[in-house]
Amino acid sequence: MLDVSDLTAEYGSFRALFGVSLAVETGEAVGVIGPNGAGKTTLMRVISGMLPARAGALRFEGRSLAGMKAHGIVAAGIAHVPENRRLFPRLTVEENLRMGAFLPEARAHFNERRRWVFDLFPRLEERRDQLAGTLSGGEQQMCAIARALMSKPKLLLLDEPSAGLAPLVVQQVFDLVRRIRGEGFTVLIVEQNVQQVLDLVDRAYLLEVGRIALEGSAGELKRSDLVRRSYMGL
Amino acid sequence: MKAQAAGYALGLAALVVLPFLLPDYFLHIAIQVLIWSGIYTAWAFMGRFGLVSIGHGAFMGVGAYTSALLWNYYGLTPWLGIPLGALGAALLALAIGFACFHMRIVGHYFALVTLALGQVVALVIIAARDVTGGSLGMTPRAVGHSWYALQFPERRYFYFLALVLWLIVLAIRYWASHGMRRAAAEAIGEDETAAAAVGINVMREKLRLTVVSAAVTAVGGSIYTQYLNYLNPETVAGVGVSLQIVFAAIAGGMYSALGPSVGALLTLALTEGLRILFGVHFIGAANTIYGLLLILFIIFMPRGIMGLFERRRTARAQPQAAAAD
Amino acid sequence: MDIFLLEAVLDGIMLGGLLALLALGLNLIFGVIDVVWICYAELVMVGMYAIYWLHVYYGWPFLLAGLAAILLVAVLGVLLHRVIIEPILGSPPINQLLATGGLLFFLQSFATLLFGTDFRNVGIRLPIIELGQIDLSFSRLLAFIAALLGAAGLYFFLAKTYLGTAIRAISQDREVMGLMGVDERRIYLTTSAIGGGLAGLSSCLLVLQYDVHPFLGLTFGPIVFMICVLGGLGNMIGGVIAAFVMSQIISIGGYYTSVELSDVLAFVLFIVMIVLRPKGILGR
Repeated sequence: MLDVSDLTAEYGSFRALFGVSLAVETGEAVGVIGPNGAGKTTLMRVISGMLPARAGALRFEGRSLAGMKAHGIVAAGIAHVPENRRLFPRLTVEENLRMGAFLPEARAHFNERRRWVFDLFPRLEERRDQLAGTLSGGEQQMCAIARALMSKPKLLLLDEPSAGLAPLVVQQVFDLVRRIRGEGFTVLIVEQNVQQVLDLVDRAYLLEVGRIALEGSAGELKRSDLVRRSYMGL
Repeated sequence: MKAQAAGYALGLAALVVLPFLLPDYFLHIAIQVLIWSGIYTAWAFMGRFGLVSIGHGAFMGVGAYTSALLWNYYGLTPWLGIPLGALGAALLALAIGFACFHMRIVGHYFALVTLALGQVVALVIIAARDVTGGSLGMTPRAVGHSWYALQFPERRYFYFLALVLWLIVLAIRYWASHGMRRAAAEAIGEDETAAAAVGINVMREKLRLTVVSAAVTAVGGSIYTQYLNYLNPETVAGVGVSLQIVFAAIAGGMYSALGPSVGALLTLALTEGLRILFGVHFIGAANTIYGLLLILFIIFMPRGIMGLFERRRTARAQPQAAAAD
Repeated sequence: MDIFLLEAVLDGIMLGGLLALLALGLNLIFGVIDVVWICYAELVMVGMYAIYWLHVYYGWPFLLAGLAAILLVAVLGVLLHRVIIEPILGSPPINQLLATGGLLFFLQSFATLLFGTDFRNVGIRLPIIELGQIDLSFSRLLAFIAALLGAAGLYFFLAKTYLGTAIRAISQDREVMGLMGVDERRIYLTTSAIGGGLAGLSSCLLVLQYDVHPFLGLTFGPIVFMICVLGGLGNMIGGVIAAFVMSQIISIGGYYTSVELSDVLAFVLFIVMIVLRPKGILGR
């Protein structure tokens, strides 16, 4: 479904990605792990169109995403839940969902989508008229994911969903992602919490200093010495 | 370094000799260029560190009217009147500066406050028309050639006065631009919180810049009045003047020492050029062009004309660095 | 109560309606999407000149001229954003202030070039309504009604419609709008058109009561900014209330002292208001 080949990206003169290649097949859950500053978020931003690529190819369902603006990429079926959630703090939960369903197609089905999302996240329904900025960390993460789901994306990008959350809440979030996955969504998830993400995904990539250092099935990565030593503290 | 110093010495010599060579009209222009250069440079004291004021007319007005009124009503020599005007402007700046910086008012909100301040001063001057002559302006009592009254019918005297003042303003800028003071101001301009964390007394530095800027601007306003022997609220305190100051300093390049002076050359050349070309038929043509140019400068050349030279210098430096590798 | 004071109060209320109408457009641009159009009042001036020109020179019926003005200023708003604001949207807002300051200069001087500095009057005299001993200007009443309708309309637009919500959202997090499938440029341009259109609407009503001249913006501009800040940026209802407070100060102040001093009072209030705004609302 998603084909990234030889992607290079930079911030000004600072190069963040050096020829990164990865792929996501329909129905899969794929993880990208790695240390801080490895370029994981940069990778997400290039895929979703927030950052232009310097070189390399990006293909989604056979179509090239090169040069497409972010809103076009959303229309193509990729939804990105950004790092730090990035909800609209002074809009209510419901209004944030509305924003997620801005595309004409999503707007037309707004009511049913909202119903579906509230069924997935009952706590959100309780808080539907609350200002998003006043939600707890875990609730904000749920809201951000719900917002992205409103456009019924073909591919869901999750950027560090566990960031800043207490361990119990992290567990809840990942259980949620499992449920979403169970509904048939394809997920690409970037994470610092190696344990949680490798328990969730089918395959994973290890990104270090802008380059893919390792790739394989979740099991393979869990067993790899490199991963165990550097990222799981073993 | 030596070449630069020699260049400056030559330039200075040229400036000293100039009044003896220039015909009267050009001398008139040169004096105005020098006076306005001082004012624009003073504005840039604040502007270059992110404290953009669009109400500097307030300080000019306070300076100009204080010395003029004290002379006309009390016969007080401008030698005292001008410092008093500067003091008044400094106090005003202190008050406004303290209020704003204490409440962390920066950026465009600070600019709006200065705009309002400029309006307040201009309106007060107009409202007190019985004393100040209101919108019609006032004329300092003329007494012919007099050092006491700081009035000289011969332009040359004013030229040297303006030149000395301009050099003093540049000296102040030099003094403020070196060592810890400049580093502190830059740090504040970039990130106040970080600057405070390093122990820089943010409030004190900002106030210092603001007060000095205001005082020097006031002096410039007074001298301008002395030279023209006429003042009215529009030409010294109005929004037009304030915007003109901003435009000139930015166009010339507010980050460089001589930038604002280049701006003065630019604006005066423009005004005079337009007046010669179009006469009175096109009042307002100058401002039309200022407006357009300001837009273009902000979008394409925010570092002004001098900014073009800055980039070239850094480009030349780089190959040397690479060679050192 | 002294009848003249009462008249001043009522006049103040009517002026308040006019100021509230003026503030609507600016509140949308400055208050909601956080863009600084320091030349907002000059846009109104352009609208007024357009109406004057079309109605007096070309004999267009006033309503048609007004409609044309609204359209014209709406287009001007879009151009303003596209040409001047867009290139500097990422840099500190002070640049927007300076760039639109340049436009302010330009519009003022251009108007001077075209029309000279004299005051132009559209020459329409709307009836005066007499309530007992007090005269009420019909045009001011119109402005009052237009302001209330406009504020209510804008409030509901922003709160209830999709586009309105998007406009509110974009000032809270511009970068993320793209991830919602929203073309942020279209939102800005649409908002600029609405803001410009509202300025145009103001010029229709202003031209009935005031003569137009190139420096009109200097009279109304700072006050309108002040009203937006006083009422809470982006708060349409707050803006209306602030407009009435401000107009009372000007009206009653003008009754007791001179015109200039009541303006001074207004500006001093402005400075105090901006300085006292709680830090939390500053610099979104």
